[in-house]
Amino acid sequence: MSTPKLNLDTSEAELIERVCQGDKEAFYCLVQPCERGVFTAAMSILNNAHDAEEVAQEAVLKAFTALPRFRGESKFSTWLIQITINEARLKLRKDRRHLYESIDEQQTDEEGEYFPKDFADWREIPSEQLQRTELRSALKRALDSLPPKYREVLILRDVQHLSIEETARVLSITEGSVKTRLVRARLQMRDALTPGVDGSWSCGKREFEKVRPW
Amino acid sequence: MKVIEISCLEVWREISNYLDGEVDAELRSRMEAHFKTCAHCKAVLDGTRNVVRLVGDGIEYQVPEGFSKRLYDKIKNK
Repeated sequence: MSTPKLNLDTSEAELIERVCQGDKEAFYCLVQPCERGVFTAAMSILNNAHDAEEVAQEAVLKAFTALPRFRGESKFSTWLIQITINEARLKLRKDRRHLYESIDEQQTDEEGEYFPKDFADWREIPSEQLQRTELRSALKRALDSLPPKYREVLILRDVQHLSIEETARVLSITEGSVKTRLVRARLQMRDALTPGVDGSWSCGKREFEKVRPW
Repeated sequence: MKVIEISCLEVWREISNYLDGEVDAELRSRMEAHFKTCAHCKAVLDGTRNVVRLVGDGIEYQVPEGFSKRLYDKIKNK
């Protein structure tokens, strides 16, 4: 059985109206354009595809029940991502897998500065390099190595392209905190990804200080 | 008009806001003047911009195979 296709002429408000009258297909049409966003938001917290899918499904079902209370103060997609983030955090607490990554710690911002670790030059990446397996796996490792509260912000802003305001809303933090966490996340990613002396991403060497061409 | 100098530390603190267009005109010109003379900060800027570009395609976060169908089934069976 195939999934229903979204009729582009059908507005979000119309779909919501139909869902409130019990139309599940209309709900799927509403959710379908956001599904990657929902999955990615769950991944930003859980960093595990299986758990993220489970949480994405729970969040979507929760949104279905809660939809009559949706007041349109934000876009539907933002509201759904907010529910997903909350569900993902709940799962983290339940699983108690992250005893040492306290959820409460996520509510505060340490104020120390983050200093770049090296100043190796890293010019624009040629397009043909972007898909290199070596680069992509270095990128994945760098993302995995980020502390969760920085990874969340980086993913919402730079992968999902939410605005600063939307990111603050879905994470229930201030816009100032979004900016502080984002600069740390990006600088840490840069440090983790700056190519080694031979231009390779696999060595992870740190002994370069010279400004190099690509 | 003379541009007031800015330290590397201040540049790093604002580098992400700079990339996002979240700094005012005055700070932007101070930072731009700094990038012209500080190779280290220019390297940090270029690298940070590359990070934003790299993660931006979202390849690391593709939904798993069959995700849509399983989600649809969940909704149908709700």
